Amino acid sequence: MYELFKNLGTWLTSGSQWTGPDGIAHRLAEHLQYSLLATLIAAAIGLPLGLLIGHTGKGAFLAINLASFGRALPTVGLVVLVFLAGGLSMLPVYVALVALAVPAIVTNTYAGMTAVDPEVKDAARGQGMRGHQVLFQVEFPLALPLIMTGLRLALIQVVATATIAAYVSFGGLGRYVFDGLAQRDLVQVLGGAVLVAVVAVVLDVALASLQRFLFRHRTA
Amino acid sequence: MQPGKGHLMIQFDAVHKRFPNGTTAVHDLSLEMPEGGITVLVGSSGCGKTTTLRMINRMVEPTSGTIRVGDRDVTRQDAAELRRSIGYVIQQAGLFPHRTVLDNIATVPLLLGWNRRKARARAAELLETVGLAPEAGKRYPHQLSGGQQQRVGVARALAADPPVLLMDEPFGAVDPVVRTQLQDELLRLQAELSKTIVFVTHDIDEAVRLGDRIAVFRTGGHLVQCAPPAELLARPADDFVAGFLGAERGLKLLSLKTLADVPQGPAPEGGAWTLVLDAGNKPLHWASKDTELPVRPLRGTDSLLSALNESLASPTGLIARVDAEGVLTGVSSRDDIHEHAGRAHAEVRVAA
Repeated sequence: MYELFKNLGTWLTSGSQWTGPDGIAHRLAEHLQYSLLATLIAAAIGLPLGLLIGHTGKGAFLAINLASFGRALPTVGLVVLVFLAGGLSMLPVYVALVALAVPAIVTNTYAGMTAVDPEVKDAARGQGMRGHQVLFQVEFPLALPLIMTGLRLALIQVVATATIAAYVSFGGLGRYVFDGLAQRDLVQVLGGAVLVAVVAVVLDVALASLQRFLFRHRTA
Repeated sequence: MQPGKGHLMIQFDAVHKRFPNGTTAVHDLSLEMPEGGITVLVGSSGCGKTTTLRMINRMVEPTSGTIRVGDRDVTRQDAAELRRSIGYVIQQAGLFPHRTVLDNIATVPLLLGWNRRKARARAAELLETVGLAPEAGKRYPHQLSGGQQQRVGVARALAADPPVLLMDEPFGAVDPVVRTQLQDELLRLQAELSKTIVFVTHDIDEAVRLGDRIAVFRTGGHLVQCAPPAELLARPADDFVAGFLGAERGLKLLSLKTLADVPQGPAPEGGAWTLVLDAGNKPLHWASKDTELPVRPLRGTDSLLSALNESLASPTGLIARVDAEGVLTGVSSRDDIHEHAGRAHAEVRVAA
């Protein structure tokens, strides 16, 4: 066991391991690229959906149940399914990652919208705001903290799951995990896993601090 | 009375409101609210008073009947534009928590398309009108007390200088001391601005204090009586109104009458009690051989109710009367106050 951690240390810190097309820096960049793009696409789908459901109050059933649907979704199964249907490309990976991220974004956006004080919405309408003005000037800014929580959760989940890109022969930090497994190189498997975990935790902490800074004027 | 332009600001004509669940909130309501007056809608919860108020700015749509504001049918106007032309104050103020106080007040001017600088200048002006310090403008609503938030709510409603102000239990959530202050402020503002105000409350004392006219509603959305406070207190239309006004409605009536007409005589000398004055002839206290009792001097503008209260507390049954500067003008006796109180009752009972 001690030997394993010593080797892991060497693997993570050797300069040669960080450079080149198979180096950590390049794999990390790939990993982040997949994750951010998938989260952005998911936000483009989930945000309007959550805002619409929250603003109109219609389709709340969908918003509430999407969360459990998201948890039950077999990500690898989805990758294989789209892979078999569409052939070898990044498409299956993005479909799976987006499908994973959308529920967290929709449910949190919806939760943020329903948490807006009805008195405040009533006052906004009563002052003469139209529907879209209530949505963009009052509901959206007030729901923003929870919306950002949803985006953060989605991104962390996607980062942790983006290893599947390597499963269908693409890059990212998952490369080390799958290559390591194939080569029975436990150090490499562990190195990949540790890197993914560290990236996820660092992003989570950084985004949470950003949220705290942005909403420092808010109560609760 | 012939309704004419400039005399009636808001008119309800046979207005019904039935909600989709089948409950009737407002039943066949015809009511007129004169321009420049405060009309208070009172009744217990579920009597339709808030629904009535909210139909004026179309936050609730009437099922049938017509509502006119300034001779224009409200349902024929764009709802958002109508609301921008009517001030709206609600309980808990309903301020926007993510906007500064100044930006909260500037809401309607900005919706009307004023530029930001002009809207902010107007907001700063209103901050002063409602008695808040200029620094309060940069704060966020949660940094203010309940009473201050309510003032901001009033300022926001006044921002575009609307002729009509709707107030839905605006002082319901603040403590009694602050509540009295806010009521005084509202009366002071109203003396200055002469808005047409519709004010909803379940507190009959607040209604008597503020209203030029009081409309009493009964459960099921029936308007039972609409009259000036004195008339309402002296001649309630039925047992329901009488019950709602409470057993002390006679005393409430006295709160509407001033002391001005009660005769006064010179302060007594040589009795068991003497009224002690300071160098400027201002009353200090009542003194006997071995003790002193406080005195609360009253002016001509104070109410008969406070005079009665003071005469009960006074050891001689006399109240000290002062002018606007606090200088003693004379004393009035308990009997004179009583007699005037009785006469005030008789007058309103007979009138009209």
